[in-house]
Amino acid sequence: MIDNAQLKQIAHLSKLSVDDSAFESSAQDLNNILALAQQLSQINTDEITPMAHPLHMTQRLREDEVKEQNHSNRFQSIAPKTGNQHYLVPTVIE
Amino acid sequence: MGIHNKTVAELVQGLKNKEFSCVELTQNYLQRIKTSNLNAFITITDELALAQARDADEKIAKNQSGALTGIPYAHKDIFCTNGIKTSAGSKMLDNFIAPYDATVSYKLNQQHLVMLGKTNMDEFAMGSSNESSFYGAVKNPWNQNKSPGGSSGGSAAAVAARLVPFATGTDTGGSIRQPSSLCGITGLKPTYGRISRYGMIAYASSLDQAGPITQTAQDAALVLNAIAGFDEKDSTSARREVEDYTATLNDSIKGLKIGLPREFFSEGLDDDVARVVMTAVKVFESMGAIVQDISLPNSKFAIPTYYIVAPCECSSNLSRMDGVRFGYRCENPKDLEDLYLRSRTEGFGAEVKRRIMIGNYALSAGYYDAYYLKAQKVRHLISDDFKKAFKTIDVVMGPVSPTTAFDLGAFTDPVSMYLADIYTLSANLAGLPGMSIPAGFAQGLPVGLQMIGNYWHESKLLNIAHQFQQITDYHRQTPDGL
Repeated sequence: MIDNAQLKQIAHLSKLSVDDSAFESSAQDLNNILALAQQLSQINTDEITPMAHPLHMTQRLREDEVKEQNHSNRFQSIAPKTGNQHYLVPTVIE
Repeated sequence: MGIHNKTVAELVQGLKNKEFSCVELTQNYLQRIKTSNLNAFITITDELALAQARDADEKIAKNQSGALTGIPYAHKDIFCTNGIKTSAGSKMLDNFIAPYDATVSYKLNQQHLVMLGKTNMDEFAMGSSNESSFYGAVKNPWNQNKSPGGSSGGSAAAVAARLVPFATGTDTGGSIRQPSSLCGITGLKPTYGRISRYGMIAYASSLDQAGPITQTAQDAALVLNAIAGFDEKDSTSARREVEDYTATLNDSIKGLKIGLPREFFSEGLDDDVARVVMTAVKVFESMGAIVQDISLPNSKFAIPTYYIVAPCECSSNLSRMDGVRFGYRCENPKDLEDLYLRSRTEGFGAEVKRRIMIGNYALSAGYYDAYYLKAQKVRHLISDDFKKAFKTIDVVMGPVSPTTAFDLGAFTDPVSMYLADIYTLSANLAGLPGMSIPAGFAQGLPVGLQMIGNYWHESKLLNIAHQFQQITDYHRQTPDGL
């Protein structure tokens, strides 16, 4: 079960903040989902391999050659803030 | 019959016979979309549509048309469309003008179809009612107090209300089949990897698959022909030849072996829905199909398995929404941490935040084995159940949804809505193709029949559905006033 300290930690990992007023209901919702997930513990999966891909495909390899053109100007035109071809964020190191 | 009631196949014929021009067709649909009050669309691309329609008319006049040249359609707003807003139903991407086309969009453009707009959907495809959309819920055209289902609710409602001849959808846990069932139309989720996921905003990458939402199985085959195929830009796309999905529509289904999983007819299934589904199965029997009871014993664990696997994948996929390169950024961030935190907290809705947090919890140190790894193992068991079943049967049949369309606002807690996904999730977890076709009505609302086929058996599913639609007319029925 997720307690208050854990909820804070998960929110931190998720880069989300949970309002004080919504703290209890959020924890309750998450605990209800985890209670649902608990059903899985009934099943013996000792000899079962996890299924990572529905078709059991492995990653394809390709020649290491340039195909796409550089579209950085177009991609940066929709960014919240750019300058000198960089994405700008608040200063991290003075 | 109004032009809007025509199927894609009929419109193709009409354009060819010059019964109407593509511009006239497009104007007709745009007019219907603009006067509709279903909230099925997030963006209407009328100028683009008319320009594409004029181009298509030229192609037709010069005898340069392809199979679907000039056919109007709408995209679920999860497919990137170059130069056009692509929101995924989220405030996070409300300002996002896609800088490139999804492969599905590219293919439809190359074949000179006409995009009428982008349809409403649950935020980032997370939901089964269309109520998690930043743009508000879509109304079900059969009863406007009801949900159209989700997450492709806008696409399904638009096809059902004949605002478009077909629409695209995506199905991660039932998001094509469930709204198709609740809106009385035909929806196909192909085998995982059949259609490129490039440019389709990712929710749960090992489960997501695009597909057509149409009036008929024949139309679904035509659209699948246009959008299926290997794509080197999608590393999970299958290198497998595309067949002509219309070629076997008319094959006889005599001797077809139908499996009815007892787990799909258990507690929680509405009696009237069960009756409609069984009546449809009897229609197949009358056509020479053989019905047998089967068991998919692990399918009852599909809900907990899915609601661990999908959130884990979404927690990773949605980490790219950070307010730095595109999408929503909060006002005046005081530092980088504040920028991330407030952009994501203000940009995402409640259900998306919930799934991100569950995913991050299940993947975090100390819980990975108990949740994610365990779910991936059970996923294997669910998939093995189908493998075993397909040794003796050709197709699984059952309900799509335990009930008909439910009231908007009916579900107040998340888990109760998750439980309604019970019949659709298994096909996604196994990667199998599935369909919903109109099978009748209960309480005045449409009921879909679900069919799940073996890997790459889309043609078989479409053949079975088409044969059913040759002797029934549920797919031709429309909400009042249409």
